[in-house]
Amino acid sequence: MEHQDKKDSSRRRFLKDLGLAGLGSVVGGLALYSGYKFDKKKVKGSKITALTSDNKLIVVDSNDVAAKEETPLTLNELQKRGREGIKGRRWVMVIDLSKCRNARQCMKACQSAHNLHPEQHHINVLEMQETDQTAPYYMPKPCMHCDNPPCTAVCPVDATFKRPDGIVLIDNERCIGCRFCIAACPYSARMFHWKEPNNKPEDLDKPYDVEINIPQRKGTITKCLFSADRCRTGDLPYCVSACPNGVYYFGDENENAVTNGTTKETVSLSKLLEDNAGYTLLDELGTKPRVYYLPPKNRLFPFQKDQNTKA
Amino acid sequence: MSHLNNHDKIYTDLTRHIRLNPVFLAWMLGTTGLLGVCLYAYVLQLQEGMVVTGLGDYVSWGIYVANFVFFVATSLIGMLISSVLILSGQDWAKPLARIAEIIAFSFAAVAGLVIVMDMGRPERLLYVIIHARIQSPILWDVTVVTTYMVISLLLYYIPMLPDLKLLRERFDGKPKIFKKIYGILSLGFSGSVKHNEILKKTTKILAILIIPVALAIHTVTSWLFASTSRAGWDSTIFGPYFVSGAFVAGTAAVIMAMYFFRYNYKLHDYIKPEHFNKMGKLLVLVSLVYLYFNLNEFLVPAYKMKKAEAVHLDALLAGHHALMFWAVQLAGLIIPILALLFKQMRKPKPLLIISFFVLIGSWFKRYLIVVPTQEHPFLPIQNVPAYFKIYIPTFTEILITLAPIILVILIFSTLAKFFPVIPIAETIEAHEKESHEKTIQ
Repeated sequence: MEHQDKKDSSRRRFLKDLGLAGLGSVVGGLALYSGYKFDKKKVKGSKITALTSDNKLIVVDSNDVAAKEETPLTLNELQKRGREGIKGRRWVMVIDLSKCRNARQCMKACQSAHNLHPEQHHINVLEMQETDQTAPYYMPKPCMHCDNPPCTAVCPVDATFKRPDGIVLIDNERCIGCRFCIAACPYSARMFHWKEPNNKPEDLDKPYDVEINIPQRKGTITKCLFSADRCRTGDLPYCVSACPNGVYYFGDENENAVTNGTTKETVSLSKLLEDNAGYTLLDELGTKPRVYYLPPKNRLFPFQKDQNTKA
Repeated sequence: MSHLNNHDKIYTDLTRHIRLNPVFLAWMLGTTGLLGVCLYAYVLQLQEGMVVTGLGDYVSWGIYVANFVFFVATSLIGMLISSVLILSGQDWAKPLARIAEIIAFSFAAVAGLVIVMDMGRPERLLYVIIHARIQSPILWDVTVVTTYMVISLLLYYIPMLPDLKLLRERFDGKPKIFKKIYGILSLGFSGSVKHNEILKKTTKILAILIIPVALAIHTVTSWLFASTSRAGWDSTIFGPYFVSGAFVAGTAAVIMAMYFFRYNYKLHDYIKPEHFNKMGKLLVLVSLVYLYFNLNEFLVPAYKMKKAEAVHLDALLAGHHALMFWAVQLAGLIIPILALLFKQMRKPKPLLIISFFVLIGSWFKRYLIVVPTQEHPFLPIQNVPAYFKIYIPTFTEILITLAPIILVILIFSTLAKFFPVIPIAETIEAHEKESHEKTIQ
């Protein structure tokens, strides 16, 4: 989204102000259109060209345009939306290991967004070293949102599932807590609520939103969600926007574009991977991750063991 | 054989234990009390969450799952003895079939409960059926374990119908209500030629049917692990490795039960030293097969020492788990095999002691299959509390693990107490045949 030029993004902001983007439906668009056509008694205002959510350009009278009222979604609506994903998208992340200096702002932002316990890391910055002779480096590790996810295959009740937009989510209304997915995940990306989760009191009354996994529930699984809630609002994931060092890129594979969370610069995904010899983690397992890594070359800072490593 | 000369004696001998004596009541009361304590520990887990266990996000399957695998394994013996041996004409095993089926049924029935104890949200158990996903090995496991449990129960119950008929006619012990219960349970079995024919046919069908189901339950249980890519679980021989190991555990369990019945139920004339001798030989056979799979399972990866496998093998053979690993391999497998080659060691008492070690070893072997692999994932374990890295079960967790074991003992004791453990009708029939042959000679 952020990859488009300034003109595009100003138009986007405009649409957002109108409350149409992301909220309008076919019905909403048609309603506006018919309102324009038949409501001729009103004083005519200026014409506005608007884009409906199904990508139709319509011209409406500015007097007819009103922000859509926001009503909180019910559990069923949230569940349906959460399983369907965001149409037309294929979310993808690129992590540039040459830039990671273990600032851990990603971990902090993620933990606070999801109200996790201190030992729970949807994203975990690991100290890696392949052999004694090779240089150590830091490697942030979120869920890989695999295209061939071992975790969803073994789930007996479809509590964890793969969405068409690439995100692997976990539905804690469904999870029975068997932890087979933890056993199956080669990336150790999954956690279990062994004790009462760290819910905020005000969250407890909210209907469960699978896209942010709140309110959390004891005895169920939790994991990185690619910030599915932020994807829906067109924002970058919590970890990506929190990084001070330009480590993360996030975007849409269908558009072949990813945006850096620090510089907000949007680049071509394929070119970024090609120029920097991008790779995926444990690709030999055939899991087809949606998280790519750029190798930790040309680091301009020393590897300082045990710096900021307190969980 | 003169002491076996009349049918009355056989009937009396084999039903002598069927009575409500104070020792039995005290035993049941004691074990039920113990079960209560263990269930209280489970209530704590329900209240607090699984934080009461030593499990963490890395080792997330612990002794509950090891226990589950052990239960499924032990239950497999029913198939080996009452189908494979008897169908292949090993008639000496006939008196032991019912003991094997009691073990098979009680372990298989409780195995399901064991896995519920490991669930984070046991109240959602029915989701496994409501939202069933055919891709998940858990669904396969639920299906086959249930099927196996039912067939085992039938293989216990149906061949017992002639005995229930005898009890219906002749039982004169206390309490009197038992006679009525036997009457209902005997399903009007008359002992006529036609009924006997139906019975024999049904038993045979069940005995054949249970073979693939039994192989399936433990193969599928092994796939819970082998379907992942983790070092130590990512193995193509896990199916037969588990099945062969299951026979080791089950044979040891049957031997221990045989000893108990021989001495406590005074069945010296029916469970004879020759039975122990033969079961000892069977234990050597199944242990050798299991040893062969162990060699494959550890030597082949150890020859290659692939990165992840190397870390895992190092922990098992020389590291954190080495003591348990070698104790299990030596005391639970290799020494028993060597000892049982000697006839002296296949006598009841030495065999009992050896079987005890084998059975305990089998439990810890399941622990070694389940736990160490999870301590060595592909990516390093960092930024988590120390207890996430090394798994140590808590006291509460151990109590909860004991609960299903006690439950098995309760089911086992009840079935063995109120029903004949040696088939009466079959023993009489065999005896008639024997004396008939003698008269001909």
